[in-house]
Amino acid sequence: MTTAIPARALPGPMREHLTGVDRRMGEAASARPRQRLVVVGNGMAGMRTVEELLKLDASVYDITVFGAEPHGNYNRILLSPLLAGEKRLDDIMLHPHAWYAANGITLHAGDPIVAIDRTRRIVISRSGRKAAYDRLLLATGSRPFVIPVPGADLPGVVAFRAIEDVEAMLTAARTRRKAVVIGGGLLGLEAAHGLKRRGMDVTVVHVMDRLMERQLDAPAAALLREALERRGIRVLLKADTAAILGRDRVAGLRFKDGREIEADLVVMAVGIRPNVELARQAGLYCERAIVVDDTLQTLSDPRIYAVGECVQHRKATFGLVAPIWEQARVCAAHLAGYGHRRFVQTATATQLKVSGIDVFSAGEFGGGDGTEDLVFRDARRGTYKRLVLKDGCLVGAVLYGDVGDGAWYFELMRRRADVSRLRSRLVFGRAFCADAP
Amino acid sequence: MSAPVRTTCPYCGTGCGVVARVAADGIAIAGDAAHPANAGRLCVKGSALGETLVPDGRLLYPKLRGADGTLQRTSWDTALDHVAGALRRIIDTHGPDAVAWYVSGQLLTEDYYVANKLVKGYVGTANIDTNSRLCMASAVAGHQRAFGEDIVPVSYEDLEQADLVVLVGSNTAWCHPVLYQRIVAAKAQRPQMKIVVVDPRRTATTDIADLHLPLRPGTDVWLFNGLLAFLHQHGVVDPAFVERHTVGVARALAVADATAGSVRAVASACRIDTSALTEFYRLFARTERVVTAFSMGVNQSSAGTDKVNSIINCHLLTGRIGKPGMGPFSLTGQPNAMGGREVGGLATMLAAHLGLDDARHRALVQRFWNSPRIPTRPGLKAVELFDAIDDGRVKAVWIMATNPVVSLPDADKVKRALKKCELVVVSDVIEHTDTTAYAHVLLPALAWGEKDGTVTNSERRISRQRAFLPAPGEARPDWWMLAEVGKRWGYAEAFRYTGPHQIFDEHARLTAFGNTDDEVPRYLDLAGLVGMDRAAYDALAPVCWPVAAGQAGSRPLRPFADGRFYTPERKARFVPTPPRAPVHACDDDYPLVLNTGRVRDHWHTMTRTGLSPRLATHIAEPYVDLHPQDALLCGVREGELAWVSTRWGRLVARVRSSGELPRRSVFVPIHWNAQYASDARVGALCNPVVDPVSGEPEFKHTPVRVEPFAVRWHGFLLSRTPVPMQTLTWWTRVTGARFVRYELAGREPVDDWAACARDMLGVGDADADWIEYEDRSVGVFRAAWIVDGRIAACLFVSPRPDLPSRAWLSGLFVKERLDDRDRIGLLVGEPPDRDADTGPTVCACFGVGRHAIVGAIHGGCRTVEALGQRLRCGTNCGSCIPELRALIASTREPA
Repeated sequence: MTTAIPARALPGPMREHLTGVDRRMGEAASARPRQRLVVVGNGMAGMRTVEELLKLDASVYDITVFGAEPHGNYNRILLSPLLAGEKRLDDIMLHPHAWYAANGITLHAGDPIVAIDRTRRIVISRSGRKAAYDRLLLATGSRPFVIPVPGADLPGVVAFRAIEDVEAMLTAARTRRKAVVIGGGLLGLEAAHGLKRRGMDVTVVHVMDRLMERQLDAPAAALLREALERRGIRVLLKADTAAILGRDRVAGLRFKDGREIEADLVVMAVGIRPNVELARQAGLYCERAIVVDDTLQTLSDPRIYAVGECVQHRKATFGLVAPIWEQARVCAAHLAGYGHRRFVQTATATQLKVSGIDVFSAGEFGGGDGTEDLVFRDARRGTYKRLVLKDGCLVGAVLYGDVGDGAWYFELMRRRADVSRLRSRLVFGRAFCADAP
Repeated sequence: MSAPVRTTCPYCGTGCGVVARVAADGIAIAGDAAHPANAGRLCVKGSALGETLVPDGRLLYPKLRGADGTLQRTSWDTALDHVAGALRRIIDTHGPDAVAWYVSGQLLTEDYYVANKLVKGYVGTANIDTNSRLCMASAVAGHQRAFGEDIVPVSYEDLEQADLVVLVGSNTAWCHPVLYQRIVAAKAQRPQMKIVVVDPRRTATTDIADLHLPLRPGTDVWLFNGLLAFLHQHGVVDPAFVERHTVGVARALAVADATAGSVRAVASACRIDTSALTEFYRLFARTERVVTAFSMGVNQSSAGTDKVNSIINCHLLTGRIGKPGMGPFSLTGQPNAMGGREVGGLATMLAAHLGLDDARHRALVQRFWNSPRIPTRPGLKAVELFDAIDDGRVKAVWIMATNPVVSLPDADKVKRALKKCELVVVSDVIEHTDTTAYAHVLLPALAWGEKDGTVTNSERRISRQRAFLPAPGEARPDWWMLAEVGKRWGYAEAFRYTGPHQIFDEHARLTAFGNTDDEVPRYLDLAGLVGMDRAAYDALAPVCWPVAAGQAGSRPLRPFADGRFYTPERKARFVPTPPRAPVHACDDDYPLVLNTGRVRDHWHTMTRTGLSPRLATHIAEPYVDLHPQDALLCGVREGELAWVSTRWGRLVARVRSSGELPRRSVFVPIHWNAQYASDARVGALCNPVVDPVSGEPEFKHTPVRVEPFAVRWHGFLLSRTPVPMQTLTWWTRVTGARFVRYELAGREPVDDWAACARDMLGVGDADADWIEYEDRSVGVFRAAWIVDGRIAACLFVSPRPDLPSRAWLSGLFVKERLDDRDRIGLLVGEPPDRDADTGPTVCACFGVGRHAIVGAIHGGCRTVEALGQRLRCGTNCGSCIPELRALIASTREPA
């Protein structure tokens, strides 16, 4: 087979040709008895993999999906607009129950897997349901990190992870006034925005000296803070939570410096932890997450694959959607028996999904030795752009206010394009670089 | 709109008629179709006259320098009392030669007449010279030597009727554009008409040349001596004319033969190709109707007068003078250089073409004026005059309508001299010039459009300059100020003028006074214009002199048509002209030759043209033009800055290699000065050598060195209001439409450009609408300041002169409101490409805009997946998919 070359590296016509070959091989495979694929986790990563697999060859597997949540698969990224009231539940559903039926997939929603018996190749669900597999796909995702402080388990303390969390927040918004979001990162700010839109009095508390410090430099973070404050969201920086106060229910927060604030609702948005307990129990090799190779196969068991936030590839874990989509594509190809793709980590870009506040960040925006900065500021328009160059290539970008060219910058970074010729115009965007590479 | 007023353009010596109309939204300027000089044509400078009639910078009130050294407003009475008193004291103590006037070809004939009368007849000194000394004194001297009187024997029609026009040392296309257009039109009509341009530079004028002779600077006399010898050798002589109407031919021929007897020797001396030179000589020899028109390239030389006579000699030998379509023709530079000569505005003349050195002439004038005294010897010529101020012989000077700190050679010496001078009176229309900085008294004069009188152009045509604007502030006519001083000295009778018509009448009467063959015959005769009252004067149509009276019509309208000249023997004189090289030769230290001159769209020291945005666009900055190979040898690069140094001074200018210059020559324009640039007065560089006869400086030949002027950064600033520039290393100011542009360069490193820029523009408010871009590691900085939605200023800085075009940015200043596209392009210097506008963003993840998506749908993408494959939209977070679906649904298939 000629597929040692990654197909997407081939020019269009050749790729068509290759796909044709693949299809014929798929037909040949369908002559064999169908194998059983069990997917643990009914989230975006798992379902995307199933989708990709169906696109490649729907005849290889009988597919069974177990999910902890009672819903079909929904777009978790859009929980923020759901909270803010900018989207409805229907808008964010990717795969309703009917879709599973239509594709011949058995879905067990609201019934998480609690054990894997690798010897017998079966999984066991909380309700006691057992399912045998020929291939097992772990897509257990992650869970929000809860900071270990007194009061963290009080009623009124919620995470921002699932539809249930959004429902809890919406309930609180109807009956309570003061919301505190712990965590000034992407998710925390989106939660704060949503709660503000729902009429709550919102304070973001963040342990660092600037918001979104992993994505923004100081000037952009300052602009972001100003924009949030203009919308009535209070921001407390260098605020390290010591305890969540309250007896039956959350009533406030105390910081390590002794300051206290009131709170009727506390949203924890300080990060996620990969869900690896199931894999560990099954004896799969895990470090921070389930370790997989370039084909998304677990290191311990060739029948078991893993994708999404529960995965560790080389030293990295994943929280953004773009690399996970790529994992899904690669994993599906291997499950389908094509084996011609390899997962390669690429730089990722971040955008804040708070309507009216446009933030984009990618790459080594922090600068450092041998880097050069191009900086643009238009304070009245609330625009700030910083591009970081190294050896004639774009290696980082922070955009605030005008993010229209973010994707283009990201593409230039990904391709390591030589931008020296565009240097004097680069920061002004693609419209001024008509003959851009 | 007011009634149209017919007047005359205040720029070059062409003397074009202008029709001005005052309208609500400005002044409409058009060419006067009825004026014989231009028949309705105007050049770009003339057309832009309306833009120069702005109040900016006008001197509106008399000012006296107070004890604290500042100029304070005062009344006319106080100012004139001061001037009259101070001059009187100096004259009484040190004699009349201790005071001097330095006047200008910008003055009207009437102003000139009163100045000359006051100085020569009442102060009793001939120390009144004019900036015409810098311009055509050599032509005057040449005319006087050959013809016995300063007579220009050719008219513009002769230029059109000639079969050969030789343009010598004249960039006619730029300096006399309308005249040039007349030649172009004549040549188009008669293609057999030939044009030869003799000029070291390949100027715009050479465009129509059949032959260009790029002679080595300063070798014109070799060229025309060679022509004289060639004509003689080939028998191209009018023996009857030479015999009956000339003297001195043998001596002139002997000198020509001895110095330029062979074409090859001349070709070598002039560094011209022998065949081209022969072609010129043959063309001249075989063409009867030939006009040799010359300008500053001839006059501004230490051999200027000889150059003029070497040209005239050729016309005398062939008898090609005094007949249609032929003759030597001095194209004057200024609007009224000729008028000034007519009333004796030079230190070497008396009045009405009468001389200082002839007792009969002096007696005639003194009798006419009934004046207490008359000088018996010539006064100080311009360069000598400032030397005399410098060494203390002259203790007071009244400078009128000119800017000697810029325009004289060795101009830094002029500064030093004025600094020492006891009394400096300056009458001008502009308050701040390089010269008014040294004034003790400033007198506000009327400007063009306000003043009223006559001027005479290059073809002896007297035209009225008429007022169509009221006098601003307390500005007054120059003649009035002079007359007031005369009255304060007790000469009320002699200076009792109520208007320019009375002065003109007196001048006309003087030209006719004793103008008979028995007394002192002169060709200049305005007898026919005597006795005009105000109405007749106002109605005066353009007229060439002589204007004989009804019965006394003894002078033909075409000079020398009757074979009569105005030397004592009534014959034209051949003047032997042994060629001389320019006084200062090049050497290792100063290896190149500095040539100076005008650019197309500026005039003199820019006090007027500098106000016009339109005129600033042609050539915005002072430059030094040189051959690319010389640039290479000097280590300078086109577009960068260079030191241009001579033994007398130096300046900094932008390097260009236009291709016009031959090797070993550089050209720097004359216009820029301290009001418009930090360091660009070419006068400071020019050697002060003058022609021994005419006293005209050698502006066209100073040994010079060009070296790189290293700077750390280049920049430009466009600002709605002027910005102080003193502290910067190098700057040029350019007038724009509703903004001022500064080209900048700096030697000091700037650590914090943002702070420096805000400081420079005076933007203290931290919340000001301020946009900036910085590429710190290479030293690029750009900022724009917006006030009330309009651009207030923008600054661009780069370590190299690779800054974006100023054109689009300049256009933003006329906009009442910047739109989004303007704002986006502001710091790029150009608007975004319209095609690149993909519309409002739909897919934020991949930055895909609505226009791009609709385009792709039209292109066949009818599903979300297809759009995703084509544009990647919707393939990441997917939140735009509903919008993509809606777009697909709402976008109809293309018809």
